[in-house]
Amino acid sequence: MPHKKQDLIDQNLQDLNDDGVDRRGFLKCMAWAGTGLVWTMSGGVPVSRAFAKSVDKTAVKGADFTFVQISDSHIGFNKPANPDVTATLQTAINKINAMPQKPDFIIHTGDLSQLSKPSEFDTLDQVLKGASAKQIYFVPGEHDMLSDNGEQFLQRYGKGTKGTGWYSFDQKGVHFVGLVNVANLKAGGMGSLGHEQLEWLEDDLRGRSASTPIVLFAHIPLWTIYPDWGWGTDDSAQALSYVKRFGSVTVLNGHIHQIMQKVEGKVSFHTAMSTAFPQPAPGTAPSAGPMKVPADQLQQMLGITDVNYLVSGRSLAVVDLPLGAGSSATANAGGI
Amino acid sequence: MTKTNVWIASVATPIMIVALLLFAGSRSLTAADMPAPGSAAVQIDNFVFGPQAITVPTGTTVTWTNRDDIPHTVVSTDGVFKSKVQDTDEKFSFKFDKPGTYAYYCSIHPKMTGKVVVQ
Repeated sequence: MPHKKQDLIDQNLQDLNDDGVDRRGFLKCMAWAGTGLVWTMSGGVPVSRAFAKSVDKTAVKGADFTFVQISDSHIGFNKPANPDVTATLQTAINKINAMPQKPDFIIHTGDLSQLSKPSEFDTLDQVLKGASAKQIYFVPGEHDMLSDNGEQFLQRYGKGTKGTGWYSFDQKGVHFVGLVNVANLKAGGMGSLGHEQLEWLEDDLRGRSASTPIVLFAHIPLWTIYPDWGWGTDDSAQALSYVKRFGSVTVLNGHIHQIMQKVEGKVSFHTAMSTAFPQPAPGTAPSAGPMKVPADQLQQMLGITDVNYLVSGRSLAVVDLPLGAGSSATANAGGI
Repeated sequence: MTKTNVWIASVATPIMIVALLLFAGSRSLTAADMPAPGSAAVQIDNFVFGPQAITVPTGTTVTWTNRDDIPHTVVSTDGVFKSKVQDTDEKFSFKFDKPGTYAYYCSIHPKMTGKVVVQ
């Protein structure tokens, strides 16, 4: 039912303010061409423009710090959509290393592995070692907690975290919170944070100034994108109620292997591409399984997300870079 | 018809027939094609258990086969059975010795649910 899916996307997009760029048209275009989107948030006012128009790199220039989100590496996956997910992860790391402004750190929003195998985590570690950014923050995806309730994930990537792997940290005045919504999932439900984590989150945010920019990141989207495929988190409304009073909230997720975004009040939601394989847009396929695309199109549908934060301007720019694009933002200019 | 062709027809055809019979015989042994008495099959296709609900006599062994490119699990909602993670084409079997209704789901993709009714 393609029109049903289109309605959904249109619905998500109509929340965005009109700034002269036809985002609806652009995102449709992007879905096919796989090109990037610059998304800037300034004092709670979302500003979005085509990646091709950011030639001057204003989003990057003078940024107080920059970080990159990568997601859904699925190391161990070897089926037709992408028989070499290690190579595409390596391409993503090369892309990060070639950035004009070196990112301060990397966030991986889960599904590091395909089957939670030690050998898969080993391969991932080997590739990530080559990243110029040495600090990498992780949250688990459901694929990372398959056989041992996430014990191995915690040992490797979650030292010092709470519960099933949640934690928070501060970077130059921005408060980051990594959440786990893939543990103890209930039959018939979607992603779940659980009571214990929600209590911790409320406590973690308590007492922080409302002017503190907040970045929440988790594997499964913290907004409901497509319940039929479980693309949402059952108790995310509770979590979002705790960040309502903050002036700038950014939510970064993975899981759905494609870019989707929405702005609701002062909260901006964003999902990242996978470094491994694309997944279909909601409702356009019988299931959310890997989308098989011709080899020459694959790299346009995989990618990384570059986030620049400007303390003085109180703005956050999110830039999605497909693996198939040039090695810098400039190189991709005019590429639609 | 030349002599050689006659030879091929008279020798090769029976061999092919035997081969076909053998092939057919071995296929009839797989649970998916023709379940043996006391067994039943559920396929996982496109993130769906099919059939979603099955009714079987007590003592039946149900075998789930994952035909997706993505791993799944088969987990009883009440903790009666729990498969390991099943990658593509892997199978999980459980024998139902007691009558009742057994709800289950995929713990990785909990929207996937199914039911086994044992009579």
